[in-house]
Amino acid sequence: MALSGLDIYKLLPKTNCKECGFPTCLAFAMKLSQKGAELSACPYVSDEAKAALEAASSPPIRLITIGTGENKIVVGNEVVLFRHEKTFYHEPGLVVRVADSWEPEKIAEVVSQVDGYVVERVGMKLTLNGIAVENVSGDAARFVQAVQLVKQKTALPLVLMSANAAAMDAALQIVGPDKPLVYAATPENWQAYADLAKKYACPLAITDSGDLSRLGSLAEAVIKAGVADLVLDPGTRNLADSLASLTQLRRLALKKNLRLLGFPILAFAGGDDSTLEEQSILATELIAKYAGIVVLGRFDPTGIYPLLTFRQNIYTDPQKPIQVSPGMYKFGEPGEQSPLLITTNFSLTYFTVAGEVEGSGVPSWLVIADSEGMSVLTAWAAGKFDAEKIAKSVKSAGMDDKLGHRKLVIPGYVATLSGEVEEELPGWQILVGPREAVDIPSYLKTVWKAA
Amino acid sequence: MPVTVELPKEKWNGKVREITLGATPAQGGTRTSTVTVGGETTLPFLHFEGSIPHRPALAVEMQDVPPQDWSTTLLEAWDTAASDPVSWAKKAVELGADALAVKLRGTHPERQNRSAAEAAETVKAILGAVGVPLIVYGPEVAEKDNEVLVAVAEAAAGERLALGNCEDKNYRTIVAGALAHGHLVVAKTPIDVNLAKQLNILISDMGLPLDRVLMDPTTGALGYGIEYTYSVMERLRLAALMGDSMTQQPMICTVGEESWRQKESKVKDGVPSLWGDFAGRGPLWEMATAMALLQSGADILVLRHPKTIKTMRETIDKLMSS
Ligand code: SF4
Repeated sequence: MALSGLDIYKLLPKTNCKECGFPTCLAFAMKLSQKGAELSACPYVSDEAKAALEAASSPPIRLITIGTGENKIVVGNEVVLFRHEKTFYHEPGLVVRVADSWEPEKIAEVVSQVDGYVVERVGMKLTLNGIAVENVSGDAARFVQAVQLVKQKTALPLVLMSANAAAMDAALQIVGPDKPLVYAATPENWQAYADLAKKYACPLAITDSGDLSRLGSLAEAVIKAGVADLVLDPGTRNLADSLASLTQLRRLALKKNLRLLGFPILAFAGGDDSTLEEQSILATELIAKYAGIVVLGRFDPTGIYPLLTFRQNIYTDPQKPIQVSPGMYKFGEPGEQSPLLITTNFSLTYFTVAGEVEGSGVPSWLVIADSEGMSVLTAWAAGKFDAEKIAKSVKSAGMDDKLGHRKLVIPGYVATLSGEVEEELPGWQILVGPREAVDIPSYLKTVWKAA
Repeated sequence: MPVTVELPKEKWNGKVREITLGATPAQGGTRTSTVTVGGETTLPFLHFEGSIPHRPALAVEMQDVPPQDWSTTLLEAWDTAASDPVSWAKKAVELGADALAVKLRGTHPERQNRSAAEAAETVKAILGAVGVPLIVYGPEVAEKDNEVLVAVAEAAAGERLALGNCEDKNYRTIVAGALAHGHLVVAKTPIDVNLAKQLNILISDMGLPLDRVLMDPTTGALGYGIEYTYSVMERLRLAALMGDSMTQQPMICTVGEESWRQKESKVKDGVPSLWGDFAGRGPLWEMATAMALLQSGADILVLRHPKTIKTMRETIDKLMSS
């Protein structure tokens, strides 16, 4: 929570000595609150005041980095409970778990698939983010072997999962510089795990079985021991309990300003024995409701694609809708005589129209005009979707060469533009399509056919 | 030092309206089971904070005529049951439908163009074959909707059907039909809080009590605008809990129709191999859409695939057990 100028003033020496370059302590405080000055400009500020100001200016949910380089996972720093209040900033890392008890071939296979998984949606590449290696065997040597193998196969960040501090230490000797997440400190072993996290300067997960007071006590102990970068696993595993504990943690951090539990959350979406459906359902919940890291118990492309799509959807900034690239889009295998439609590049407009055109089964061409991300009506009102823009979009999509006809279907909401578009596109016949996308299939099957 | 963390609870003073679909013989209908939704005094499934007296209900979507444009994944799953509305209805109930969402597509002027009387007969036949409540949709062509739904309302008087869709341009006749014959309506608006409120006001101004109005905020499928639906539903539900009366209608989401319309569920060949297995993709797309909207406040999910029905039933069991 940011402090007001007056709050800051109360923490200053109030001597008005002017050494900071401001006439009074109050003036300096006001400037500080607007982030127009640095606290270090005042040589007389007390350590206590410094600590209070730092705490107040740090985010309620600490930003945590797992891994290094371009693949690193960065989570935390969220500021709202509901995305419409602002936006969700840092997409949760989706990591896939492998067990050191598996045959090396199986580990290598799964890791390679996770590493190579990439699908594209609205011009963005969607990928998985890491591998969790679990010391199921309990054996240190086997754990180290598995970690080594995983490191050979991928540069993605790692989560090291072991209840054996010696095994963890051995693994960290190899991959410590890659900054894996160390999982996990418990009320029993926390001292050893805090030491490891400090020794290798890695983020540390802490876990307890579902009780947030106990989790808070554990966080306090670990923070006092000198670990700053924490990830919380509240220990809840099923749909209802996870929703409750993750909601409470987000509220505690944002509404109660509880620094002790102001860290990203790690949660498991099912284990070995979950079905793909169970994993998908739980992961969908965790993505929407506040997880920072989601550990998937199984890798299956069919289940991954909806999750990556959902994460992209939920983490889209509501104030900055995704725009679709302007240009020409094909549905089915359109030919010379297929219909040509045009609409704007607001993503929801595009998706609604695209869904209906696709659903109609009529192979079609769709030109997307650059309306700066506005829907048809808004763009028309703002002059971003006028006759000139329509004509230009059709020409630059090179439709002249692709079509045997010269007919363009414009959205029903801009019916009034049809005359002007005809002037801009000599030789073309302008047809007025339906106002609502839902009527496109029947339009294409009847009106278009007759035209 | 042990830390004591006080669990934060919001104090909401509003409540979602309780709405019952279907009427038993004692209540003037012929249903053997009814469905009550709504009544929540907290956000979805936050049992620690308020009461959630009724579980979200699953309505299974079916048609009066065999579907022409459905994904092969769906057609294979329903197989011969989909060739006739009565067998479809029975099969859906066997699979666990709390209610049926009957789409009278055959009345569409560009489909079979069946008459309103024929449609009413179909609805009567379904009512005779199963005991669950029905949500009945017209062909979604304004004038024909009016004709068809009024005939259905009359033929099924007293059954507490939900008649859909009422939209701002086309609600009066349907609301009048519901008023006259003891039914509910589905009020559908395009992903907008104010439009949703406004339509509820218009409908209640005609004298239909608000405990007979379901709200359809318009569903965007996963990957196709779900974030808009998700956030509008969250805003509507927050407003309801804060006491804004015109947002307190239970919400119904047409999850099946929207998620099965998309390329991911419909197209088998020529898509990236990393999209995975075609037969599994459609149901997972529908399940993820359903799960997302359960979390933003859906009270009734309208579903299409038998696997989704089963998974969402188990999911709701787990979300309610706390
Ligand atoms: S230097 Fe510090 S004590 Fe002096 S006027 Fe500035 S704020 Fe006040």
